[in-house]
Amino acid sequence: MLDLLKPPILAFQEFFLLTGRTFRNLFRKPHYVDDITIQMDIIGVGSLPIVMLTGFFAGAVMALQMSRALNQYGATDQVGQIVSITLAREMGPVLTALLVAGRNASGMASELGSMKVTEQIDAMRALGTDPVQKLVKPRLVATAIVLPLLTIIADFVGMFGGWVVACPMLNLTTSSQYWSMAWRSLEYNDIAQGLIKPFVFAIVIALVGCFYGLRTTGGTQGVGLATTKAVVVASVWVFVLTFFIGKFFVSL
Amino acid sequence: MTGDRGEPILRFEHVSLFFDEQPALDDVSFALFPGASCVILGAAGSGKTVLLKTAIGLVKPDRGHVWLFGRDITAIPESELVDLRSRVGILFQEGGLFDSLTIEENVAYPLLNQRALRCPRDQVRARVEAALARVELEHTLEKYPSELSGGMRRRVGIARANVTEPPLVLYDSPTAGLDPITAHTIMTLILKERDTKNTTTVIVTHRYQDGHLLANFRYNPATNRIEPLAHDGRHAASDTKFLVMREGRLVFEGSQAELEASADPYVQKFVKPLRN
Repeated sequence: MLDLLKPPILAFQEFFLLTGRTFRNLFRKPHYVDDITIQMDIIGVGSLPIVMLTGFFAGAVMALQMSRALNQYGATDQVGQIVSITLAREMGPVLTALLVAGRNASGMASELGSMKVTEQIDAMRALGTDPVQKLVKPRLVATAIVLPLLTIIADFVGMFGGWVVACPMLNLTTSSQYWSMAWRSLEYNDIAQGLIKPFVFAIVIALVGCFYGLRTTGGTQGVGLATTKAVVVASVWVFVLTFFIGKFFVSL
Repeated sequence: MTGDRGEPILRFEHVSLFFDEQPALDDVSFALFPGASCVILGAAGSGKTVLLKTAIGLVKPDRGHVWLFGRDITAIPESELVDLRSRVGILFQEGGLFDSLTIEENVAYPLLNQRALRCPRDQVRARVEAALARVELEHTLEKYPSELSGGMRRRVGIARANVTEPPLVLYDSPTAGLDPITAHTIMTLILKERDTKNTTTVIVTHRYQDGHLLANFRYNPATNRIEPLAHDGRHAASDTKFLVMREGRLVFEGSQAELEASADPYVQKFVKPLRN
């Protein structure tokens, strides 16, 4: 039993050691601004099409499914409110985070993992760079900047998707009512949790991706394993954290 | 051959290291003095690579102390280690080149990143070109490592290890997996770097020929070839120390003559191929 628990607890400890080292290095020179920019391009610009596509359909589906329930109460004019609140509070941050986890946590794990198994990480250390500074920090900073922005875009595209279903397609409400409902129903509480969530997810996604990449062992197979683990663990954490952050904000 | 040359450049004192309770290094002690050469022989998995990584603090030993340039690297933080490593060149077993960077960027990497060197930016290009010219690869600046052959990649690795002109260079299996001709070229280049810059050279290998070359030959800049040190006897009175590793333990330490005279069957296995 103890042997069974040992590896995950050790991994957890190592993860927090890496987290600690990364945060200690956050404001310490050198900053490798070029690497941050490159990562922001890969994670942000690279994820934009897929984030917009999924955001659009998430909003559309929400409006579509809610139309029946709202019809029962004769409250179809409320559709804008439902779409915007669910998107801003939950769907936008979580869906975007899951996409970025799938795209970029895997990318980080496989890139760093390949570097690890071909001794490039050791070479980096031998040649005067700290892998945490050079590899982990730029990825963390880039994800933390870009994920909230992506989430905002996903939220808006999702509301547009909801409008497409609610107004031109199903005639649930008028355009002006949809948008005013969507706009006025959002409170600071919703916006705050809608922006804090992606920020926290970004930290988790980047650190999990880098963590599994850096502890890769055993050649090409190890890289595949690290990639899979990174995506699974990052995704699970997104769901766990969204609950706890949500719970915190609901009880406010 | 100790004592009169002052501080050793690298010293291991009762170093032990365990991977999952398996000893990778088991009570290893030796000292290396400036200007000397050192050949570390051993079978695969005998701890040679770990020994090199421990020497520059990439791996921390569980027990014992390692002194590099007179500093106990088991007791100093990573930030100070980084500066200390700028005085050591290392060639990794698989080359350790950054495959997403060009050859030029690879060789320039230590110059640009080792802050202790304080290399002015406008000198980087010239030094990179000079280092690549020494390994006869000056035409590959724009290429990526994957576009080069295994032997060429190894040469780029040698250029990168020597571009900062470090006083100590470590080579991890420089000839592994290469054909005899390419392997000889690589060894020639290593001797060239050693004898033109007078660097302390450590080479890890399983080929006794490599050690033999290192101990008995020197590079002649006039002919761009290597030539025997002594014409009369088999062994020149060179400054080359041989170490033999077995399962993490140092089973032999001494000169080439002592190595060849050793009665240990494991040690004999490395020496034999050349004798017959």
